[in-house]
Amino acid sequence: MVLVQQGQLDYLVLECLAERTIALAQKRKRQDPTQGFDPLLERRIEALLPHLLANNVRLITNMGAANPLAAAHKIIEIANRLDLSVSVAAVTGDDVFDQLSGNETSLETSKPLAESGTLLSANAYLGTDAILPALATEANIIITGRVADPSLFVAPLAHAFGWSLADANQMGQATVIGHLLECAGQLTGGYFADPGRKDVPDLAHLGHPFADVSPDGTAVFGKVAGTGGVLSLATAKEQLLYEVMDPSCYITPDVIADFTQVRLEQTGPDQVRVTGGRGTLRPDTLKVSVGYDAGHIGEGEISYAGSNALSRAKLAGSIIQERLGHQFTDLRIDYIGSTSVHRTSFGTYPDPYEIRLRVAGKAITVKQAALVGEEVEALYTNGPAGGGGARKYIHEVVGIVSTLLPRTQVQPMISVLNSERLKG
Amino acid sequence: MKLYDIAHSRAGDKGNTLTLSLIPYDPDNYPRLLKAVTAEAVKKHLHALVEGDVLRYELPNLPALQFVCQQALTGGVTTSLTMDTHGKSLSYALLEMWIED
Repeated sequence: MVLVQQGQLDYLVLECLAERTIALAQKRKRQDPTQGFDPLLERRIEALLPHLLANNVRLITNMGAANPLAAAHKIIEIANRLDLSVSVAAVTGDDVFDQLSGNETSLETSKPLAESGTLLSANAYLGTDAILPALATEANIIITGRVADPSLFVAPLAHAFGWSLADANQMGQATVIGHLLECAGQLTGGYFADPGRKDVPDLAHLGHPFADVSPDGTAVFGKVAGTGGVLSLATAKEQLLYEVMDPSCYITPDVIADFTQVRLEQTGPDQVRVTGGRGTLRPDTLKVSVGYDAGHIGEGEISYAGSNALSRAKLAGSIIQERLGHQFTDLRIDYIGSTSVHRTSFGTYPDPYEIRLRVAGKAITVKQAALVGEEVEALYTNGPAGGGGARKYIHEVVGIVSTLLPRTQVQPMISVLNSERLKG
Repeated sequence: MKLYDIAHSRAGDKGNTLTLSLIPYDPDNYPRLLKAVTAEAVKKHLHALVEGDVLRYELPNLPALQFVCQQALTGGVTTSLTMDTHGKSLSYALLEMWIED
């Protein structure tokens, strides 16, 4: 909101779609064809819409999730309610579920997709070429489903500057810009602070980043003055390498980008200039993210504190292992406070004052998953002394695998909807 | 010294693959990292976590190193039983590594 009001923006991008989110959205769409978009869409659009129009900012977002068209209808409904003049373009064509047989090879397992489990969704990562036709309309809001995250940023740059999608170096630099912006506050210190070593001021009011891009692709990143956070070479380096495998070969639908020649310069307080992104021509295939039913996970937790806490927790863990080990092919026992998140401890640390035992097991059915929590709870009367605060959880698991489809098999489309006020 | 004393890191995930950046606070320490923090040394340090290979990419311009650790997330974000399914906290596992002063 601060960015829209004070950022002097031409375009605002909201990237809201994690890998698994779309498979869950697909399930909602199956139950109700008017659903399947981001559950926060209504609240966000209601708050933003008047300000987007007042500041002449176009919004590009993947909040359409599994159902961009229904999301566009919802936005028009909001615009009509607020009596605003709004045009929305929905980008579709990423949903390729009906085109898959299940025999396609999974990139992760090297086996047919269907062997992973019952398939729930399949969405191709669309690129800039799918978004450009929407930008060519008068749409105030462009709403997509699955699109490669950087492409949400590359598209408005290519549109505004008339860059050719065949100019791989330009696409490479644009992808660097998109990659730096796609996690929003992660560029401005929102995942950086380490007190006394990497201090970040006023994280409670973190400013999100913007990029001021020149027609040659040079980008100057900043944040609105007075907001919290920090934008420095260090935060930019962390974000540039975030989730990157080979930095000379970052594959998107737009380009195979090369980050190795990127130059970062601090040009002012909270201001970093970025040049040097390059690339080679885009791949002939598109990556498809495929969701499948992966059963359920059952979890149970219980805490031990004070003298000998770790030993009591370990005794509890061994009881659970003996009782459940033979019933679960995949059972995990963690000691929270000691070795849970790093799965080991490096060097020797003194025993912590308190420890939380956590047990997790993979199950097909809810009933089997429930056993985990039930056994942990039973430690109250069949386990070591002083266990407290037992909790149990069951969640449904959607797994993700991926495959490649030839670009020619994916047909992006746009649909434009206008509000009553605009039509009138 | 511990890597934590001279460098910072962020973890990322792609399926069952863990990525770890290693960025010296002072660019002058880059050659020291280049020499001491080899792919083999990281594989050895993270042997309890990483089942597959560790690859190292050098980015002298930044300067920074990028480590790609294969089969490191117990099956991947979506189906792993671990608490930190993304392995996001593992940046600090790398920083626990000791190198010669």
